[in-house]
Formats: sequence, C-alpha cells, structure tokens
Amino acid sequence: MTAPGRKAAVTSVQPRGAGASRRVFLTASAALGGGLLLHAVLPDLACAETAHRRLATARPLNAFIAIAPDGIVTIIAKNPEIGQGVKTMLPMLIAEELDVDWKDVRTEQADLDVAKYGRQFAGGSTATPLNWEPMRRVGAAGRAMLVAAAARIWGVAPSACSTAAGIVHHAASGRTLSYGVLVEKAALLPVPNLETVRLKDPKDFTIIGQPLPGVDNRSIVTGKPLFGIDVASPGMLYAVFEKCPVFGGKVGRANTDAIKRLSGVRDAFVVEGGNNPLGLVGGVAIVADSWWAASKARKQLQVTWDEGPTAEQSSAGFASAAQELAKRPPARWLRRDGDAAAAFARAARTIEAAYFYPFLAHLDLEPQNCTARVRAGKVEIWAPTQDPEGGARMVAATLRVPESNVLVHVTRVGGGFGRRLRNDYMAEAAWIARQVGRPVKLLWSRQDDIQHDFYRPAGFHFLKGGVKGDGTLVALTDHFVTFGHGDQVAASAGLGQTEFPAQFVDNLEFGMSLLPLGVPTGPLRAPGANALAFVFQSFLDELAHVAGKDPLAFHLALLGRRREPLNASAGSNPEHGLDAGRLRGVLELVAEKSGWTKRHLLPKGTGMGIASYFCHLGYFAEVVRATVVSSGTVKVDKVWVAGDIGSQIINPSNAENQVQGAVLDGIGEALGQAITIERGRVVEANFDTVPLLRIHQAPPVEVHFRITEHPPTGLGEPALPPVIPALCNAIFAATGKRIRSLPIDTTQLRRA
Amino acid sequence: MPYTIDINGVRRTVDVDGDMPLLWVLRDVLDLKGSKYGCGIGLCGACTVHLDGSPTRSCMLPISGIGLAKVVTIEGIGETPLGRRIQGAWLDIDVIQCGYCQAGQIMSAAALLARTPHPNDRDIDRAMAGTLCRCGTYPRIRAAIKKAAGLSIADTRTP
Ligand code: FES
Ligand code: FES
Repeated sequence: MTAPGRKAAVTSVQPRGAGASRRVFLTASAALGGGLLLHAVLPDLACAETAHRRLATARPLNAFIAIAPDGIVTIIAKNPEIGQGVKTMLPMLIAEELDVDWKDVRTEQADLDVAKYGRQFAGGSTATPLNWEPMRRVGAAGRAMLVAAAARIWGVAPSACSTAAGIVHHAASGRTLSYGVLVEKAALLPVPNLETVRLKDPKDFTIIGQPLPGVDNRSIVTGKPLFGIDVASPGMLYAVFEKCPVFGGKVGRANTDAIKRLSGVRDAFVVEGGNNPLGLVGGVAIVADSWWAASKARKQLQVTWDEGPTAEQSSAGFASAAQELAKRPPARWLRRDGDAAAAFARAARTIEAAYFYPFLAHLDLEPQNCTARVRAGKVEIWAPTQDPEGGARMVAATLRVPESNVLVHVTRVGGGFGRRLRNDYMAEAAWIARQVGRPVKLLWSRQDDIQHDFYRPAGFHFLKGGVKGDGTLVALTDHFVTFGHGDQVAASAGLGQTEFPAQFVDNLEFGMSLLPLGVPTGPLRAPGANALAFVFQSFLDELAHVAGKDPLAFHLALLGRRREPLNASAGSNPEHGLDAGRLRGVLELVAEKSGWTKRHLLPKGTGMGIASYFCHLGYFAEVVRATVVSSGTVKVDKVWVAGDIGSQIINPSNAENQVQGAVLDGIGEALGQAITIERGRVVEANFDTVPLLRIHQAPPVEVHFRITEHPPTGLGEPALPPVIPALCNAIFAATGKRIRSLPIDTTQLRRA
Repeated sequence: MPYTIDINGVRRTVDVDGDMPLLWVLRDVLDLKGSKYGCGIGLCGACTVHLDGSPTRSCMLPISGIGLAKVVTIEGIGETPLGRRIQGAWLDIDVIQCGYCQAGQIMSAAALLARTPHPNDRDIDRAMAGTLCRCGTYPRIRAAIKKAAGLSIADTRTP
C-alpha cells in the first residue's frame, strides 16, 4: 500500500510559458533505478493561480511514467478507482501518446499528493473532461524526450525519427532503439513545452478507442486484497463505532466499563464528536482483537442518547407539510418567464400533477471503512475514498494536526456513487486509532452504512402545464418543495434556473419553498438529475399525451425551438450549456434503434417509454420496454440507450459497462428504493428493506453512441437520469396509469 | 477453542469462539480476504464460499458448524478446471466494475455450472439472484457464465 521508493525526484526543470490555465507543467528526473520519471504538476483547470502559488513554493514533484530497462512502463493512475474504470483509462491516455504497447504497461494507484498530481478525486463524471488533454500531453512529452535521446545518439534530426510500440525508428538508416535503452539518456534532456508538444492525430490511436479490460481484473477474480476493507497493518486492532440513530444526537451515558470486560475487547470509550454531521460525530467506539469480537460486544452496548432537536421529524411529516406549503405561493422564485397565468387561461388544455421522490441511500457494496495509524503526530490513512484530499483535510482538522502530517493511501473502492466524497469514516478511524495508540481498522456494519449516510434528498413538485390547440407547450410552472435551513437549500436539494424545459417554454415559472431537515443530504450518482429527470421528463410525457402527440415528436418539437447552445454567456464554456441539437440527435438515434415507431405492435400490457436528459456534459436518450402483469409486477423487458459524449469513446468496453450499470442503477432505484425517516432516524437497515436490483430483474441494455465533434466527456453519471422517467412512461403506455411517486407502487398497477 | 477446517485443500487450525462466522475467520484470522462482507445476514452473497460444493453464505456460518466439510473460497476456486474457466470468462468479458461483489459472483457461478453445465437464462437467474452487484454488471455476469459454459453469449431474452 505504500508508494514505491523509486519515485524520488532528482532534478526539476522550470516550466516554460506561464500564464494559461490549461497547462500541464512537467519536469523530468532520473529515477534511482535508471528509469525515466516524468513529473507533472497539473494545475486545477479552474484555478491556475493556486497552481502558480504551488510552483512558486517549490512543492514536491511527482511521477506519472517510469520505464524499466526491459521496456516495462509503469504509469501512475492519479484518481481513485471506484468502479468507473479510471485506473485503466487515465493510463491509457498517457500510454497512447507515449506510444507504447499496452501489454507492456503496468499501472499503479497514486497516494494522495495533490501538489504532484493535481486534483485527485472521483466525482461529477469529470475524469475525462479534466484529463483528456493533460494526460495525453504528459505521454507526448515523454515520447518527445525519448525521440530526442535517440536522435542525439544517431546524430540525426528528431523529426527524422518515428516511434511505435516503445521503439524509436530512424527510417533512413533502418536503425532502432528501444525506450528501455533510451530512458537514462532521455531523462537528462530538457522537457518539451507541453503547450506545443505534438499530439497524435486520433486516426493513429492504437490504445484509445480499444476495448481494454480493467487493469485489476485478474487480481479481483483470484481474490487478491485490493480494497479498503482488505488493508492489514502490523499490530492492527478492529473497531466499531456506534452513533446516535438520530442525526445530530449526542452520547449521554454508555456502559463502556461493562463492554471493556467482554471477550476480545481491548477498549471502549465515548467520543464526544463535533457538530459537523459529515465529520466526526458523537458516539461510542469499541476496539477489539477482531471485528467480530467488536461487533458481538456492541450487541451489549447500552447508550442513552441526547437525541437533539430533530428527533420529531418524519417522512410522513414532511409530506403533509409539503402539501400545506403547496397551497401557498412559493417562498421564492427561481425564474419567471412570460406570464404563466395568462397563458394557462388561454391554453386549450391544462393539467396539474404532484410528483414525489424519496430519500435514497448510496448503498456502496463495500461498507464505509478506514484503517488509520497515528504515531508522533503523523497520521497514516488507508481508505476507500472518492476525495482523499477532502478526507486528509478533515482528518487534520479533527485531530488538530497539520495537513502535511496526514498521508492518505488510496485503496481500490468497492463502489462510490458519491458517498465517499465525504470522509466521516476517516475522521472516526483516525480519532480511534490515536486514542488506542495502535493501528485500527474501523468497519461500519451494513446498518451503520444505511443509517449514517447522507441522503439523496426527497422532493415534492407541484406542477401545472398548458398546451395550445395545435399541441404546443405554452406554459409550465413548478412549485418545488424541498429542504433547507433559512435561505440555504440543503445539499443536492436545489433546482437550477436552467433546468429543462426552462428556456424552451415561453411562459415558465420555477418557485421553491423549504422545509427544515435534520437529515444530512448530498450527492448521489447524478445528483439533482436523478430526481429532476423523473419529474420533468414524466410530466412532459403527460403533456404530450394531453396534446395528443407522440412523445418523441413532442420532445423534438420542444427542442426545435432553440438551436444555439444555451448558457454560453461570456466567459463560460459553451460546452457546459444544453445543446438542443445534440439532445435531438440522441433522441432520434434511440428511437431508430428501439423501433419506437413500431410500438403499437406490442402486446397488451407491454409499453415503451422514452426520455432524454443532459447532465455532466453528456446527452442521453433512453427507451424502456416494460410489461406490467395482472398482479401489478413490472418487468423491464429491455432498455435502449443512445449517448453523445463527444468525439471519442476512450474505452468502449468500460463505456458499455458503465452505461449498463447506470441504467440498472436507475431501474433499481425506481422499482424499490426509499429511505424512510421516523422520529428523526432512518428506518431501513439492510438490503431486505432497501432492495438493490437483482440479476433476474436486470433487462438487456443495448448501448449506442453518437460520435460528435465535441471534446470527450464522462460517463459515470449521465446515463442514469433518463431511464427512470422512460420506465415510468413505459408503464403509462402499458397500463394508462401514471407514476408520479417513487418508488413505483405496484399495488396501483394491479388489474382487477 | 481450536477448530480445524479444510480450506482450499489445506487443513488449518484456528483458536476462536465457536460462533465466529467463517467469513471473519477467513478474512481476519487466516488472511484470506477475497470473500467480502456486504450485509452480514445472507442478503448480498458477497461472502459466498463453497461448502462441499454448495454455495454458502460464510457470514452466517459459525466456525463450529463446519466440521469435516470442505471449504473452497475465491482464492482456491482457480485450482479446478471449471473455476479456471470461469475466471477466464470473467476476464474475456471484462465483467468487473468496482469488483467488490465479484468473488461472490464467481463462487455462485461455479456452483451453478458444477450442477448445471449448460444453464439457460432461468437457471442463471435462480442461481445468481442471491448475489447482488451494486454496480450493475449483471448483463456481463450472464454473458460470462454462458461463455464459461461454451454457450452463445448473446442476450436473447427480449428480441
Ligand atoms: S455478507 Fe454474507 S450474504 Fe451479505
Ligand atoms: S462490480 Fe461493484 S458491486 Fe459488482
């Protein structure tokens, strides 16, 4: 789990041409073992100034590439691998431009070192857009140095040399030298300017675009220890940590003396904790010789809790409060275009509908865990995390040690989905380890994991829409009742001003009212989108039916009203705004692939639904075919997906896997998942009451990509949102019953 | 007290409480960390091992209940030709996302193919329904099982 010693930097070269934000700074050093190391500092693209400051203070440099004399290339994967495939994908980008054979590449997971590697996090489907160019430039710079070394040896111009599969060729003389032989000389040469280093023409790619298997696959199928839960440290003890079931509660009294006497238990103590619900909260730690002994002792733990002010909150209470708020005008307006009231008065038909979606948990299959060792004020952490930097910061603040004293080893992560962007489990492990003076592995039980999550917030939408006689959507309003404190909307509980169909409907109002909430909330895969797509794409389907239109035609007509990318205001990246043409493109493609126009031929009780969504820079349209049997049970027969994530699918095998996984994730959420709050606490405790999708419920998912002339973007998230409304719309097509509340209540779908 | 059990063909003696589940004996006493903890109560299948060939949830199986039964884990499944074939199919199909469930998937699949060498989709559903994949690799798990069985990997359930 520790970094290899041969990463030590020996020389550093100042970067050239300061100024632009999209630069990769690169320095070279000879490795102790004679390998070439390219040390790059990747400035946060949004934050070049920080990068300059970093360079000015000469922070340690870092290595992405090492080449051994035998030609084996080690490439560092800087971001956490949570199942999204970056430990394969990021090195592919470097290897492509370095021009080596993928079979000669080994990848290695980086420890946390932002000064060396730039940002190291897994979230927001950002790995591709942020690294597509910088990582290739790292590889291209390495290639240029190897070529320069060969050219010097031969006394020829570098431009007379070419490379392929780890070998430099001089065509005129027929000479060749391998990278492994050149590496020592190359390491001493000046680093080329990354701004101008030549990148390959995409038609010459030999690695990018290939369906390459995950680099850890062999270790996984043979059961090698890779995950956080598998970490072992000499002398390590095991811990469980019991927290107040009510969020924000504190420990009153606990029978820790009795617990300490139990078999295998080494220590038991109260942790006071602070007020940050996503940091170290109050609880009782039990430390034992094995996790089983700690868990067994926990059954005898008796704690009186001071449950705090939110112990009366409940899901049922939220629902009735939302109904009350809906009777009044929204507490604030997010957007008011045109005159909705007048447009409704003139509309040929109007409908009103109330939509609801529940709290959701992340349900990472590997429960939260962390191994920590604290010695002489230095903290060493091994953790499955999506944000090791945030975790290190939190550990430092909690233990009151300098951040530079916290070393984080990033393990493979058994599922992220947003949960491990917060690192409360790290703070707990570090605190407990310091108290017992031994390395400690903290592991949450499944119940801990479900009941001490932060949740996808529930939400209530009170919608009204109106169509003209010709079927055109003329007005739409949403009073969104969500959660927050004072004026502050809870994390991931907001509604953006540009939420579709805003800007596509002349008379449109988005208003918002807030309910107080003691339950922590935050991002779950495709945050915001995973709920809002359901609401708006379902309601638009309702409006299409009211208008007497084919839902596809209705969507295309709505999108046809704008042509230019939106939100392309001065200074912002035009790629970040919705491009109606790209959304239309995926809608048309999915309609073609799914046989949308032939859906009238489907048997009774079977229907097709369509939906589309733009988020995380990706455009997805999906068609679900579902059958509802007389008992009301919903069977998803098949899903067709069309996605547009730009000009290049970097790894088609992983891309298909990610899309299928996102689609199945959405189906699982829609069919059965909800977190219920009662008396301020979470009711559900395991997979019996929060069901994950199982294999017999998983339909075939057919995935198509539309390749467009846009920079490649990420895939972890944007394929999820449309499947939920597509499924609900298919159920409507099959049964005539509209799903306005999640999870889908099959008792409503029963046929007498 | 000491218990001697046969794990992957090797007899191992451990001195633990009799109610300690096999999963924790494997992971924390014998340092065989391939079997995973996901739920602790038989709902997820991440801890699946073979007990005399039957797929068994090791999180629910106390060490005192094993006796002379032979335990095979993910670390040992590659010793059999069938196990090796399944691992190979998993690699060929590139099944894995996060990978946390996959030991359980492979052990469940190996038990299925030992009993039913040419399973149809229903057989696969029945044998694999107890093993959750949070990442949703089910289409590829299905394909990999078929591949290991020498069947066509196309998903023909819906035209
Ligand atoms: S851990 Fe054994 S079935 Fe989930
Ligand atoms: S691959 Fe992540 S749980 Fe199955």
